[in-house]
Amino acid sequence: MSFISLLWVLLLGSLLGLELIGKVPPTLHTPLMSGANAISGITMLAALTLIVKAEGNVSLLIIGSVSLGFALFNVVGGFFVTDRMLAMFSRKQSNKK
Amino acid sequence: MNLPVIIKFVIDLLAVLLLALGIKGLSKVKSARDANRLAAFAMSLSVVGLLSYYLGTSGIAIQSWIWIIIGSIIGSLLGAILAKKVPMTSMPETVALFNGCGGMSSLLVALGVAIFPISGGQENFDFFKSLINEVSISVSIFVGAITFTGSIVAMAKLQGWLSTPGWTQSKVRHFVNIVFAVASLIAFFDLIKGNTSSIWLLVIVSSLLGIGVTLPIGGADMPVVISLLNSYSGIAAAAAGFVVDSQLLIVAGAMVGAAGLILTQVMCKGMNRSLVSVLFGGSLSAQSTASSGSGEYTNITSCSVEECALTLEAANKVIIVPGYGLAVAQAQHTLREVTKKLEQNGIEVVYAIHPVAGRMPGHMNVLLAEADVPYEQLKEMDVVNPDFPATDVVLVLGANDVVNPQAKNDSSSPLYGMPVLDVQEARTVFVIKRGMSAGYSGIKNDLFDLPNTSMVFGDAKKVLNDLIGELKDLGVGDK
Repeated sequence: MSFISLLWVLLLGSLLGLELIGKVPPTLHTPLMSGANAISGITMLAALTLIVKAEGNVSLLIIGSVSLGFALFNVVGGFFVTDRMLAMFSRKQSNKK
Repeated sequence: MNLPVIIKFVIDLLAVLLLALGIKGLSKVKSARDANRLAAFAMSLSVVGLLSYYLGTSGIAIQSWIWIIIGSIIGSLLGAILAKKVPMTSMPETVALFNGCGGMSSLLVALGVAIFPISGGQENFDFFKSLINEVSISVSIFVGAITFTGSIVAMAKLQGWLSTPGWTQSKVRHFVNIVFAVASLIAFFDLIKGNTSSIWLLVIVSSLLGIGVTLPIGGADMPVVISLLNSYSGIAAAAAGFVVDSQLLIVAGAMVGAAGLILTQVMCKGMNRSLVSVLFGGSLSAQSTASSGSGEYTNITSCSVEECALTLEAANKVIIVPGYGLAVAQAQHTLREVTKKLEQNGIEVVYAIHPVAGRMPGHMNVLLAEADVPYEQLKEMDVVNPDFPATDVVLVLGANDVVNPQAKNDSSSPLYGMPVLDVQEARTVFVIKRGMSAGYSGIKNDLFDLPNTSMVFGDAKKVLNDLIGELKDLGVGDK
């Protein structure tokens, strides 16, 4: 992957992000923030790459593993917390029906 | 292109698509929960894609598997436990903590690559490529460290573990932060030039910068900061994407970064503050008390819980205005009991939600949803404002600045221009408050002086409990 095409990826990704959440009801600001936060834990892929490519370098394995732990803490915790918040909204709606 | 490459490409593409749909779906009440699960699925898909790619090409050593499993189990388990146990009222600090850990992860990846260059990355290593590598490592460390320390400070302040030190309100802090920023820049360029030892300098000064920038910021500006830091953690992830050459990371990181920025902007607008004044203005309360002297109250009417109950009983329409005080007192369930009683008596009850009530946008919605308040009863500011003149009683619970008429009437007020709830239009306003202290802005609230406003002093939960007792005595809701 050349640097230029990676820059294009960065640019288009940013534009996509700007477009995606144009209009959000205030109710969903906290869950959206929390959900987006969970997605930022995608850096776990970088941690995985680091571990796979460590080739027996123990220090690198440990750094990668700790990094993976932090990232998954963010991802798993983030998605669960978001789900907990959203569950409260949907329960209310199904009660109404 | 061989098979593993094609498979990974397809999976990555699918993951990006699902993540985008997930973020999109999270912005609609109906689809939000499914969207969150979709995003979670997309994330696991991306892991499967990456692992299968390495299995199909270079293979994954047993040793690597062990460390992958250790890291994943510990991280996921702690995250899941915390997410299940944490009370709904401390959502902002929980999000801050998760966010900080995301930043830490990007920081560690960059550190690892910088100290022990990954094999395989070395081949066809021309000058241009190594420059890009150094730049992305530096950015990842810089942004990752700021995200981590900033988020941790934000969490500690929201938890009440850390107060705002006095010196951070003076001009000294700008000087201190500029020193940190300049030192970061020096370390940054030194690192790019190939001086690997300056990496530690970069880690330390950017960590300090994260602390220095976040520490002076006062309580109610915190959500803006958390949202901004959330955006940073996306940028850190994108930078880590450049480090390990992953388009998926770059796209997802950029999406989160952009989405965080938009959300930050929305919050600033709701508070009538610019991002610059949030970041560099320091705590609003410290400034305004010094400049305006805030003024004395002249016409405070305080009343007993009993009077409040009598007025409520006679009302046809009641609007509740919840604020941060409600969250602090954990009084949402008690409030729900009060409103249930009123509803049983045929009184119309609506909740007026100001966009920045609480410490996070949507904070009140989450809190009230936890207490089983029907979603339909929560009204946004623009919808509910025309209803106030036709309202008999307004109950203000732990909200202050969001109901200050100064924002509309007094052009010299620091609050001027901030959209507020027009509660003073209602026949009677009860403000349940612990004392006469000002809101986070530190500004006198003209509402309290108005003839149709009565103050009910006390902790929100205790007052509401007393109110339930009084309503019972009056026979309200006993059907």
